[in-house]
Formats: sequence, C-alpha cells, structure tokens
Amino acid sequence: MDVTLRVKRFDPEAAEPEPYWQDFTVNIEDNGTVLDALIKIREDIDGSFSLRCSCRSSICGSCAMRINGHAGLACKIQAPTAIVNGVITVEPAGNMPVVKDLVVDFDSFWDKIMEIEPYLKPEGPEPEAEYIASNESMLHLSGVTSCIMCGACVSDCTVMEVDPTFLGPAALAKAYRFTADPRDGDENGVSKDRLEELTKPSGMWDCTRCMECVTVCPKGVAPMDRIMALRDQAMAAGFTNTNGARHTEAFSESVEHSGWLDELRLVPKSVGITNLSALAGYAPIAIQALTHGKMPPIIHKKIEKAGNVRKLFDKIEGPKRH
Amino acid sequence: MKYAFFPGCVSRGGCPELYPATKLICEKLEIELQEMPAASCTGAGVLQEKNELLGDTLNARTFAMAEALDLPILTICSTCQGVMSQANHRLKDPEYLAKVNGYLADEGLEYKGKANPKHLLWVLIEDIGLDKLLSLITRPLAGIRMAPFYGCYIVRPTDALEFEEHPERKDALEKIIETIGATVVDFEGKTRCCGFPILTINERNSMAMVSKHTLEAKDLGADAMITPCPLCHLNLDSFQPKAAAQAGRPIGLPILHMPQAIGLAMGLSPKEMGLQRHIVNTKPLLMKIGAEASS
Repeated sequence: MDVTLRVKRFDPEAAEPEPYWQDFTVNIEDNGTVLDALIKIREDIDGSFSLRCSCRSSICGSCAMRINGHAGLACKIQAPTAIVNGVITVEPAGNMPVVKDLVVDFDSFWDKIMEIEPYLKPEGPEPEAEYIASNESMLHLSGVTSCIMCGACVSDCTVMEVDPTFLGPAALAKAYRFTADPRDGDENGVSKDRLEELTKPSGMWDCTRCMECVTVCPKGVAPMDRIMALRDQAMAAGFTNTNGARHTEAFSESVEHSGWLDELRLVPKSVGITNLSALAGYAPIAIQALTHGKMPPIIHKKIEKAGNVRKLFDKIEGPKRH
Repeated sequence: MKYAFFPGCVSRGGCPELYPATKLICEKLEIELQEMPAASCTGAGVLQEKNELLGDTLNARTFAMAEALDLPILTICSTCQGVMSQANHRLKDPEYLAKVNGYLADEGLEYKGKANPKHLLWVLIEDIGLDKLLSLITRPLAGIRMAPFYGCYIVRPTDALEFEEHPERKDALEKIIETIGATVVDFEGKTRCCGFPILTINERNSMAMVSKHTLEAKDLGADAMITPCPLCHLNLDSFQPKAAAQAGRPIGLPILHMPQAIGLAMGLSPKEMGLQRHIVNTKPLLMKIGAEASS
C-alpha cells in the first residue's frame, strides 16, 4: 500500500538551519509499520534522511519519535492505523535538542538517569549472605523494570516542556525502581536519602499528574503512577515539609472533615501558614478574586452525612490522632 | 433527560460562575439535574496519591447514591470526570468492588457497578444531540475564533475514559464550538496541562504553562478559549495576569467555561453567565458577539 508521511526535517549543516516539513509517499506492506515506511524513505528516496532504529521489535527503544503529535515507537505503530486525513505526521521526540531530522540528543536524558544514582545503595553493615528478595517485591518491580529508556515519556512531558531542570518521568520512575526495592536503603528497605533528595525542587512534587507519560509509554511503565508512589513513600518516611506534601495533607483533611474541598484554606495550608512572603504573593490574586465575586465561601459548610465520609477515612486509613 | 448532578467542588468554590451558568443552559436543554447533597469530593487525584483505595471508595459511594436514584451521573468538571472514570475502571474488578462495598455497607450503600459518569460535554453529544443544541442557538457566535482547551483529565487515560467505545469524545469540544457558530482555532496546547496542580508547588512552571497555551492560541488569532474544566479555568483566567507578567507579554485572552459559551449563543446575558466574575476582561469579546448591550 502507498502511505504518505509528513516528516519534520532539520539539517544542521544547511546554510540557514531551520526545521521544515517534507512529504514522502512510499509503498509498504499492508501491515507495515511507521518505521518500515521511514526506512523506505531513507533507502529509496533520500539517503540523507536520518533516524535511529535497531531492533524493529519494540525492545531496543531506539525509534521513539512523535507520530501524529504524540510520542511512540515507530516500530510498534502500524502505518495504516496512523493515517490521519491522508497523512502520517512524524516529528523528532520532544524536550530534547534535535541533532538531525528525527535524531535527538539524549545527553540530558542520561544525565537525569545518572542523577538519581541508578544502582542499589544498601545501608548498614555488609550482609553475611546473599540477600534474597521476595518474589512479591520483584514482581512488583517488573512493571517499572520494563522501561526500555526510549524517551517517549520525556518527549511528551508537559513539565519538561517549560522546565528542563525537572528530573522527568523516566528518571523518577527509575528512582522508584530503587526506592521500592527492599535491598535499597535501611534495614527496612526505606531509601530515606534518596527520598529526601527527590523531594527537592525539580523532583517528585513538580509533576503535574497530566498522564501524558502514562499514555505514551510503549511498555506500560506508567511513570506518573510511580511518581505518585514516590510521593506516598516520601510522606510515609517523614518528608512532609514541602508544599506538595502539605497540599496533599490539607486536601485530604478538608475532604475528611467536610466531605469536600475548602479552597479558601487550601492555599495557605499548602504554602505553610507561617510562610508570610509566599502568602503575600497570593494577596493580589485574593483581592482580585474578592472584588470579582470569585472568592470561595468563607464559611465552609459540610456536605450532608459528612460523618459517613469521615468514618470511611477512619476505616481505610486507620483512626487518626487529631 | 434527568441526571444525578455532580457539580464538583470548584464550581461552588473558586469558579462560582460555572454552577448557575450550567443550571440555566440545562433548563433550556431540558436536562433535569437532581442534586446529590451527600456526595463527597472525588479526591481529584490528590487524595489518591495518599490512598487510592480510599479515593475509590468515596467515588463508589457517590456511584451507589446515583444508582439508588436510578439516574446517570452528570458532571461539569473534567477533573471529576477523569477521577470518577479511573475509579470506575478499577471497580470493574469484582474482587475489588466487593472489598469497596464492604466499606460502604455501614452506610447501607452498595455499588452494583452500573454507574456511567458523564461530563456535560459528552452528554450534549451522546445523549442530547448536537441537533437539539443547534435548535436552541439564537445568537450564533459567528466570527468568533475559539480555541478548545481540554486539559488532561477528560482526554487521558483513554482506556478509563472509553475513547475506543466513544471515538466522538476525542474532538467533542470542537463539535460544540462549531455548533454554537464559532470557528475552531486548533493549537498544540489544547490537550496539555494548564499547570493548576502545581500552582502552590512550582508557581513559575505553572505560570509558564498558562502563558504558553494562552499565547499560542492568541498568536493563532483566537478571540477566546473554551474549557470543560473549572480547574483549568482557575489557572488560565485568574492567574493569566500573573502569567503574562512572568512571560513579559500581555495576553488578555478571555477563558470561557463551556456552559458560558453555550449560554451566550443561546441568547442568555453575559451577567446570567457570570462573566463579570472573570479576571480577564471579556468586554471586547462580548462586543464582538454583540452581547454587550444585554449585560
């Protein structure tokens, strides 16, 4: 079958290096992949067309790129299913500098992976015998160890788009691979040092929970879910002195006590009620909200039967010491 | 049609204009809304960070209440929609459902797994029909260039949101824009994050997201942006001046809740739609629509 691809190209050696679009029509097998079509362009039409690929079987992670606006492995997507309005749009992966055509520079990707120290760091005395991890714990890790480092999640991360310092979904998911490993950290398997480091700015709390990474990951790693698990681990390990942890706690408390969200009190509780400079920063917004009649109710009424919601909190979270 | 109404927290809190605007257009559309005064917050994904089981149980409680009323659930918040859909997706596992029902038994509730929570956006297309909506349009927003902003929770994850069963959900907002007579401004940022979830955590990034999306739409000639999510609205409207200051560029792009845009096209007044509550000035837009005089 004939397929038309609209490819974003870039030649760094051009007189005026600017990205540009180019259409190619190639003939591939009816069940051919986007990668088959791209290879056909390189082999039959333009030998200077650059892309990375290797295994063609969704194992090596080389061919992650944006197809119709979203990251994915070109070798995993069948070309006929990707045709939108007659064409398949192909761009290099996002959030990484383009080297040439569909080839991007992965240096920042690897730097972030290295930043989380991707190896076991057991604390305490050296064990006298081999540490046998439970089957259960290893099965739990099998989801996150499926990561093939293709960079699809990084490509479409909405935070990295505005902040290149964010550790990002791949590195944070990789960090969880270690924090959730019973052999890492102290004798109880709690990776306190790691968790403390990851609660710093550009770490776990900077994720917006937009789910782009979960959607585009070709291996079901669900990086965002791992980031949420990291937050839970960090709070359980006592790292609660962050706006993120305070926000989660304040949110949870509000629902527990009234059944719904008390927005008025959520902001001061999140930034810290003693953090006067941060609170002052919100003053103009609060005044604006007040003058426009947008202020949430000052008296926050409980929902009907709010006591039943509280009972569910007690039953599921365990009784609290208020 | 009658629905169990789940307005969410924000339409009664930080975006109080949304609730009455919804009520008014639903009246015109003959959508009857039955309140559920004992329904709790969905957890918005935040509570789920701490305890997913607890979040799912709270949502199952709401679903059970709607089942008791024998009504489908209608929400006007994308975040509520997403969180409810995700909970419902997990609750398809009979063992998990039984566990959750165990917690609900004390209150005499049982969730049978039949709830199908739907955002008003989907209700309009799937249950009411665009023809019916079109028949109620008396002031088409002709000449208005409108950028759809979905945000995250009503487009991801696609399995829980049943996009495969309902392919029309993918461009539902565009269909609404066309039905009310406006022109769609397609832009990359339409399904990106508005930045609201990290507002108190990393304000700089949150504001960068606001300016990125609003400026992209504005540069493509948008007169306004329309969103089905009140949380997106909070960030894109209330914080737009702050985002503009950070970006060093004026923005001034009015952000309309979906029901407001529909209401204006139905001939309802800007005041009825609560536009005076917006932070970004909507007057130039209303003049263009020809709705300014009735405000």
